[in-house]
Amino acid sequence: MPTQAPAPLRKESPLAEILDATNRVILGKDGEIRMALACLLARGHLLIEDLPGVGKTTLAHTLAAVLGMRFSRIQFTSDMLPADIIGISIFERERSSFRFIPGPIFAHVVLADEINRATPKTQSALLEAMEEHQVTSEGETRPMPDPFFVIATQNPSHHIGAYPLPESQLDRFMMRIALGYPDHAAERALLEGGGRRESAASVSACLAPGMLAQLQSQAAAVHVAPALLDYVQALLAATRDEPRFVHGLSPRAALALLAAARAWAFIDGRAMVLPEDVQTVLPAIARHRLRLAQTGSGAGSDDIAELVQRTPLS
Amino acid sequence: MAKAEPAPVDRGALPWLLAAALATAAPHAGHLPVWLSLLAGALLLWRVWLWRQNASLPPRWLLALLTLAGVAAIGWQYRTLFGRDAGVALLFLFMAAKPMEMRTRRDALVLVMLGYFLLLTHFFYAQSIPVGAWLLATATLLSAVLIRLYGGAQTPRSIGSLAAKISLQALPLSLLLFLLFPRVAGPLWGLPQDAHAGVSGLSERMAPGSISSLIQSGAIAMRVRFAGAIPPQSDLYWRGPVFDDYDGQTWRALPAPAGRASAAPTVAIAADARSVSYASTLEAHNQRWLLALDLPTTLPAGAELSGRLAAIAREPVRSRGLYNFSSTLDFVANRDEAPEVLQQALQLPEGFNPRARALAAGWRGEAPGQIINRALSFFGEQSFAYTLQPPLLGRDAVDDFLFAARRGFCEHYAGAFVFLMRAAGVPARVVAGYQGGEENPVDGYLVVRQSDAHAWAEVWLAGRGWQRVDPTAAVAPARVEQGVASALPAGEELPLAMRFDAEWMRALRYRWEAVNNSWNQWVLGYTPERQRDTLARLGLGKADWRTLTLALGAAAGIALTALTLAGFRRGRPLDPAEHEWQRFCRQLRRRGLIRADWEGPLAFAARVADERPELAALTTAAAGHYAVLRYGHGNADNLVGLRQCVRDAAHAPARLFAETSI
Repeated sequence: MPTQAPAPLRKESPLAEILDATNRVILGKDGEIRMALACLLARGHLLIEDLPGVGKTTLAHTLAAVLGMRFSRIQFTSDMLPADIIGISIFERERSSFRFIPGPIFAHVVLADEINRATPKTQSALLEAMEEHQVTSEGETRPMPDPFFVIATQNPSHHIGAYPLPESQLDRFMMRIALGYPDHAAERALLEGGGRRESAASVSACLAPGMLAQLQSQAAAVHVAPALLDYVQALLAATRDEPRFVHGLSPRAALALLAAARAWAFIDGRAMVLPEDVQTVLPAIARHRLRLAQTGSGAGSDDIAELVQRTPLS
Repeated sequence: MAKAEPAPVDRGALPWLLAAALATAAPHAGHLPVWLSLLAGALLLWRVWLWRQNASLPPRWLLALLTLAGVAAIGWQYRTLFGRDAGVALLFLFMAAKPMEMRTRRDALVLVMLGYFLLLTHFFYAQSIPVGAWLLATATLLSAVLIRLYGGAQTPRSIGSLAAKISLQALPLSLLLFLLFPRVAGPLWGLPQDAHAGVSGLSERMAPGSISSLIQSGAIAMRVRFAGAIPPQSDLYWRGPVFDDYDGQTWRALPAPAGRASAAPTVAIAADARSVSYASTLEAHNQRWLLALDLPTTLPAGAELSGRLAAIAREPVRSRGLYNFSSTLDFVANRDEAPEVLQQALQLPEGFNPRARALAAGWRGEAPGQIINRALSFFGEQSFAYTLQPPLLGRDAVDDFLFAARRGFCEHYAGAFVFLMRAAGVPARVVAGYQGGEENPVDGYLVVRQSDAHAWAEVWLAGRGWQRVDPTAAVAPARVEQGVASALPAGEELPLAMRFDAEWMRALRYRWEAVNNSWNQWVLGYTPERQRDTLARLGLGKADWRTLTLALGAAAGIALTALTLAGFRRGRPLDPAEHEWQRFCRQLRRRGLIRADWEGPLAFAARVADERPELAALTTAAAGHYAVLRYGHGNADNLVGLRQCVRDAAHAPARLFAETSI
C-alpha cells in the first residue's frame, strides 16, 4: 500500500472543542459555524443575513461565550444615534470634568442586530470602528479591545423599514453568510429540546484569555504556495472579466479571501492552503461584494459555483 | 516591479554542480601542466569540504587573488594567454574556481554554460569515439544540473531519467543537423594553429633511431581501401620523403629544386602493368607527402607528383583526409633523369667511413647491376641481423655498421646500402615511407601503422630509371613479406603495439579499429563534398551551403513558431508533481472517474471515496502527496510516493475489479 497521506484532522485541537460546543447549541449548522469561526480566526467581521428567528443571535452569543470573550449586543433601530453605539461623555459635577461612558461597542464580540434598520449615519459609526479598530469621540481616539469581532445581522433588504448597506460598507465585512432553515432532523431536535437561548448562556469558555490571538496568528501563518496564489489570481481575474457582474473583487476582497482560506485550512488542521479551501470560503467572501449587472442584486451561490467551475486549477 | 532577490543555489544542488565541473574538466588533465591539475583538484576538494562542513565560502578578495595568480602562472607557463592550450588552461582554471562562488542561481548557470563551452574544447585534442561518448554523457549531466537547479529537490534517479530523455530527444535533431547543417570548408571549422603539435609520423630527415622510435608506435598512419584485391605485401611500398643529402650522420630531403628538375617526372608504364586503385584515409602528420603506393598514376585534386616520384599535397596534411589514387606497380620512371639530380644522388661527405669507401671502390667499373648484387650479397653473406635494438654506432656510422656491429634495421641497411652505391659510382638515394600493412578482416581495410615505417633504397640505372632495392629484404626477407614482428629474431622483445598474440585480442582490436574507421569515414570524414553527395542522394539536388543555410533557417523558424504557438496553447510547463498528478488522474479517468479541471485534490479524493470506495485509499494517498507537493512543502519522498501511486493505479484494474466482483 502507498504511504499514508499527510494532514489528518487534529481532534485534540481547541478548535474542535469550540466547534463541538457551538454545535451543541446550534443544531445542524456545522458548515456555517465553521465559516463563522474561520472569519473570526481571519480577524474579519461577519455579516449574517437571514430571516428573523433562524438563530443569528444565538450563533453570535454562543461564539462569544465559547471563546470566553466579552459580549455585547446592540439592537439597531431607525431612531438610533452614533452615540448610542460609541458611548457618550457625561459632565461629572463633583470632578468638574467630562467622563466617557463607553458604549456597547467596547466589547470583544459585538452583535449588531438588524444593522440595516439603522440610518446610514449610525451604520457608518459602527463600520468605522470595524475598519479602524478605534473610535474617535469628542476629539479623543479610543482603541477597541483586542480581539474585536463584529457579527452583524441583517434582514433581507426587501423588508419594510430597512436601509440597505452600501457596497463600500458591505466590503468591510469579510464574510456574509446565511443560516437558513434548519433541516428536518435538526428542527425536530430543536423542537424536542425547547428553546436553546438558555444553553447559549450556559456554555462555558473553551479558550483561555489570549489564546484566541495565538490561534489567529497561527492561522495567518498557514503556508500559501505560489501555485495557490496563481489559482486565487485566476479566480480574481474571472470575477473581473465576467460581464454578468458589475465589477470584480477588490484587492481587499482578495486579501480577505486568502485570509479566510488560511483560517479554513487551519480549522481543517492543514499546514497549507488548498484550492478546496479557497473554493469553500469563496461564496461567503464574494457574494455580498459581487452585484449582478442585470438585477442589481447580490450574486447567488450558483453564480459563484459557475465561476469556480470555469476556472481550471492549473 | 520590485527587483527580486536573486534566487540562491540550494545546498542539495551543489554535488550536481561539482560533478559537472569535474566531468567537464577532468579529461583535460591529461595534457595540462601537472600543477594546474593539482590546483584544480585542490580547489574542488576544498569546495566539497566546505559543502560537507556547511561552512561559508571564502571571501571574494581571496578568490580574486587565487584566480589572478592562476592566470599569471598560465601566462608564464605558455608565454601567452591565447591559442588552444593556454585558452583551455584558463577555462580549466575557471571551471575549478567557479564553484567557490556559488551564491546565486546565476552563478550556477554560469558554471553550466562554462561547462558546455569547456566540453567543446575537448574536440581540439581528440575526436575519437570515447571522447564523443564522454561528451554525450557529460552534456546529459549538464542537463541534469539544470533540471536540479530549476526543478528543485528530486531523487537522482528521476533527474537522471529526465536528463537522459532530453538527450535522447535531442539525438534525432542533432543527427539531422549533422547531416544538413551547412559545412563550409575553411578556417571557420579549422582548429587553432597550435592544435597540430605532437603528431607522429615520418620526418624530413632520417637520423639513427628516428624510424626505430616510430616503430614503437601502434598508431595508425593510414587506412586504405583497395578497389580490388590487396596486392601482395612485397609490393606495398608507400612512398614518403626521399633523402638525397647525407652529411655523415643524417639523411635529409632536399627542398624541391626550382626549374626543370621539379618538372613532372617521365614515367613509362609497361603494357601489362598491374594497376590498382584505392582510397587512402591519411591521418594528420603535418607534412606534405601523401604516402602513395609506388607509383601513382592518378592523383587526388590538389596533389602533384614531385620530381622525386612522391605524391605531394599543396598544404601539409593537418587533418585526417581521404585521398583517391591509382597506382601502377610496374613502371619505369625518369629514364632521362636530370644531371643535377644524378649528381646529387652521388654526393657523399668527405672524411667519413673510409672502409666502406674502400669496399665500394673495389666494385667501381663493374656494371651497376653487378654492383647492386655484390652489395646485397655482402649483406646476405656476412652475418647481418635484423633487430630493433641496434648497438650505438660511432662517428663512422656506416663503417661501424658494416664491419663491426652488423646489427640493425631498415634505416641502417638502406643508409649503408646507398652509401656503398654512391661510393661505387651508382646514383642512389634513400626513400622513407611505410611498407606493408595489415588487412582488417572486419571491414577489409588495409591498416598501415607507424610500426610499418620503413626505409629502402633506390638506384638509378641507365635505361631503366629509378629502381627500388630493399636491402633489408636481403637480410630479413620476412620483414618485407610478413612485417616487422616476424622479421625479428626470436627472443627479442617486440614493441608493445605488436604484442597481440592472443587471437581474441587480435580480433577485438580488429573490431575496434573497424568501428573507429567507420567513425572516421562517416562522422569525422563528413566533408562538404560528402554532404553534397548525401543531399543529392536525398533528392535535394545540388544545394550549396547558402541554399542549405536558407532552408535550415526557414525550417528552424517554422519549427520554432509552431513550438511557440503550441507552448502558448498549453500554457506554462508542468512541474513534476503536476505531471504525475495528471497521469494519476488519467488512470482514474480510464475507470470512469473524471476529475473536473477545477476540482482540488482532496475534494476529488473525497468524491472518489464516495463513488468507488475500493479506490479511496489509493486516491487519498495520491491526493495527499500531490497537495503537499504543489501547495505545501513537499519533498522528494512525496514525489516518489506519488509516482508509486501512479504505478499502483496503472496496475490496479485486475486486482480492483477482482475485489469488486467478490
